[in-house]
Amino acid sequence: MPQSEGRKIYSVSELNREIKAVLEDTYPDIWVEAEISGLKTYSSGHTYFFLKDGDSQISAVIFRGAGDTIKFSFEEGLKVIVRGRVTAYPKRGDYQIIVKYAEPAGIGALQLAFEQLKARLHSEGLFDEARKRKIPLLVQRLGIVTSPDGAALSDILTVINRRFANVEITIYPVRVQGEEAKHEIAAAIEYLNSNYPGLDVLLVGRGGGSYQDLWAFNEEVVARAIYRSKIPVISCVGHEVDFTIADFVADLRAPTPSAAAELVVRNKSELAGTLETLRGRLAVNIENRLAALKSALGNLAGSRVLEKPEAIFEIKMQDLDGLSRALQGSVEGILSAAERTFAHCSEKLSLVSPLNVLSRGYAICSRADSGSIVKDSAGLRPGDPVNIKLFRGGFKGAVKEIIPAEEPQ
Amino acid sequence: MKKNVSFETALKRLEEIVDEMENGGAELERSLAMYEEGIKLVNFCTAKLEEAKNKVEMLTKSGGVVKPEPYKDRSRA
Repeated sequence: MPQSEGRKIYSVSELNREIKAVLEDTYPDIWVEAEISGLKTYSSGHTYFFLKDGDSQISAVIFRGAGDTIKFSFEEGLKVIVRGRVTAYPKRGDYQIIVKYAEPAGIGALQLAFEQLKARLHSEGLFDEARKRKIPLLVQRLGIVTSPDGAALSDILTVINRRFANVEITIYPVRVQGEEAKHEIAAAIEYLNSNYPGLDVLLVGRGGGSYQDLWAFNEEVVARAIYRSKIPVISCVGHEVDFTIADFVADLRAPTPSAAAELVVRNKSELAGTLETLRGRLAVNIENRLAALKSALGNLAGSRVLEKPEAIFEIKMQDLDGLSRALQGSVEGILSAAERTFAHCSEKLSLVSPLNVLSRGYAICSRADSGSIVKDSAGLRPGDPVNIKLFRGGFKGAVKEIIPAEEPQ
Repeated sequence: MKKNVSFETALKRLEEIVDEMENGGAELERSLAMYEEGIKLVNFCTAKLEEAKNKVEMLTKSGGVVKPEPYKDRSRA
């Protein structure tokens, strides 16, 4: 490395290394307010951009891990306050700021506090829908925690008056902005819970205002008072677009105080409608039922049996006659069948009767001693006495000579 | 009807009765009893809805004591 007297000659890398050291020693931890420009996020998760104001700019980078602690999204043109250190990149002779924290300029601190409290209470379960109290269908006693002079109170009362709602109202006046507001609001919620436990609902809120004006409703002490309330709480802070921590913890969020009052009273006219419908359904049902029964009764009363009871006897008598006729018929049938059988049998009997045989000229010979019929001459001897029976009469005789039977061929 | 029944409980019972009657199947005597109970519930709920409650009070603090005062400013609404 060439050295000349009185002058120090740097190599580029030596110079860059020295500049880097100077920058890092001089700006180890600084805050810079600027506008974001030329925003690029790489797939590595690192974000590169320029911080600029007027004609000046400086390169900046947020490494992936640091980005996780930043609760809002970077956008082109967004004004921010960043915290970081300055360093150099010797390869290109660039210098840049490595950002480890950022917040939006202006409302940044409050916004950050809001995000942090929101995240914490959320993780504690204060926003869980499951733990939220149900707003009663019918609100008859209403507690209001708000400013006695604010627009919120007159808006709420206007709506309730206009609707002729029968509601008993207890107002707990509080300051809704300034340092003391959060404590007054929390104390009011607690007081009403202890001393007016019969209230159906609490409306907690205020009219519109700046982000800072609404701030009391982003305070933890208010959130916890709402969380602990046994009386269901409807939050109504500012306008439609304003969301506060109180809104997340409340059992119901109304976009405005007027809307909160509408929620309470509209419910009431809906209930009247529901009741009317149910009454109608009851009446129609029972009327139909009775009409059906009446017509069934009418049918029964008009039937022949009830109108002309003797008819049933006529029918029975006719039945009886029929049965008698049938019985008689069947007895006659049995008898005539028996008669026919008898005649048939007689005929058959007469065919086989010995008398019938005799009539055709045959004779029956029987022994005079035993009376047995003689069918074979072999059993006889000459001189045996026999009786001969003829078709008409007979005679006694004796065997004269035996004629043996002809031997069959 | 018991006095301490809540509006919600009464309305829920009324809805059950109407559903059961519409699904049919109950004996006539039971239907009539349900109808009677239903009408009582309707009247109870209607009375609750119409109950006159117009009081508006503002709590005021004086000497560390909180006490209710009638709220006068309602006419402006």
